[in-house]
Amino acid sequence: MSKVRVLVGTHKGAFILSSDGKRKNWEVSEPLFAGWEIYHMKGSPADPNRIYASQTSGWFGQIIQRSSDGSKTWETPGGEKMPTPGEFPAGASNKFVYDVSPETGKPLTTHQWYDGTQHPWEFKRVWHLEPSLTDPDTVYAGVEDAALFKSTNGAQTWQELSGLRGHGTGPKWSPGAGGMGLHSILLDARNSQRMYIAISAAGAFRTDDGGKTWKPINKGLRSNYIPDPDAEIGHCVHHIALHPSRPDVVFMQKHWDVMRTDNAGDQWTEVSGNLPTDFGFVIDVHAHEPDTIYVVPIKSDGHHFPIDGKLQVYRSRSGGNEWEALTKGLPQRDCYVNVLRDAMAIDSLDSCGVYFGTTGGQVYCSSDSGDSWAPIAENLPAVFSVEVQTLP
Amino acid sequence: MIRVVLPAHLRTLAHVDGEVQVDVRGEATVRSVLDALEELYPVLRGTIRDHGTLQRRPFLRYFVCAEDWSLESPDTRLPEAVVNGAEPFFVIGAIAGG
Repeated sequence: MSKVRVLVGTHKGAFILSSDGKRKNWEVSEPLFAGWEIYHMKGSPADPNRIYASQTSGWFGQIIQRSSDGSKTWETPGGEKMPTPGEFPAGASNKFVYDVSPETGKPLTTHQWYDGTQHPWEFKRVWHLEPSLTDPDTVYAGVEDAALFKSTNGAQTWQELSGLRGHGTGPKWSPGAGGMGLHSILLDARNSQRMYIAISAAGAFRTDDGGKTWKPINKGLRSNYIPDPDAEIGHCVHHIALHPSRPDVVFMQKHWDVMRTDNAGDQWTEVSGNLPTDFGFVIDVHAHEPDTIYVVPIKSDGHHFPIDGKLQVYRSRSGGNEWEALTKGLPQRDCYVNVLRDAMAIDSLDSCGVYFGTTGGQVYCSSDSGDSWAPIAENLPAVFSVEVQTLP
Repeated sequence: MIRVVLPAHLRTLAHVDGEVQVDVRGEATVRSVLDALEELYPVLRGTIRDHGTLQRRPFLRYFVCAEDWSLESPDTRLPEAVVNGAEPFFVIGAIAGG
């Protein structure tokens, strides 16, 4: 029988929630990396035993953890022992250094600071880890200050894909309230050279050559909080998602507005439709229905909690515009939690499972595509991220 | 042999209990102690000093013989009591967050 393993990153450690395919009874692990912020964990589609985790701390900086046995044991790649000659330099797995080389790291840019002045890039943390679809040792990291890094040796060493920062608009990027993070990385299962990323608050970008060159893909986005609402960049994209079978169609939860593109980002259209508010952070796509999408509407950017104390997932079965509230099993009074941008995930069982975590430490699961929900952990630290692995 | 006391989270990360001891090359300074520490425990690279600049991370301080050495030159010779192992070299995390 199939199993699911839910990887939960929280403010004070990581937790593994496990169940069989019925998804009724759950085991919650002891905290991993207790006391550290776990921004994101994700398993390799090519080898589910390989899992990567971003462990960060305001005191001690960035650590990358890696498991090769499905979370039974963890290691800091390259940091376990002294290297012998010819080995990789030890302790490099947490070394994220912006590319300043004359060959690939030019032109060096600064980015726009909160006060409008230019500011140098400063590495702070890894927001998102995206393992390759085909190679367990290849993984991408989206970092703050916004840049994209790649490792091809299981996270032992990292190289920046500097064409993103250097393509021209970098000096206009500016941080959102939570920092200037590269938080979303989408890989195209049909075209290994194509990748989408999104940055708060710069917008969405696409490469069609494996990360060498990039272009902004923000046409159609409109953000009234920036000087030019239709600007090429500067939009606070919160998250993007796609269905693997239809990688030219991408859905976006922007700061305000839920958006959709049918041509790989060349043009976006708003699909907020009848949502009670189109502010939010998460967005995800059903495993078997490419036009079924999920969001969690949040009252506003000034509130960061649901409307009227009611936690509601909204589902559209038409790729946007027509939305229905999903409330069965979710708190419908006195609920004032948030659901952060990487805190929703979808499993691929026949009866599609949908998961999300809250800043109040709850993780909810629906094993029927969102029709009904139940908490599978209720008292964790604030949840930053949720991913799920569907296992044989 | 220099005795080094690490914050709890770094002891966990380095898989050590209590104090650690390091041999330094040349004169015992903040720099040489941290160099030796990172050589012995590579996972600590980047956690005390920034990878690129080797600057002390903002929420960490160095204490020696009950004095704050965080702002001393990293190349100043450490007191004899630390050099001979009578006193440890402390890496201390700031109490922050309320």
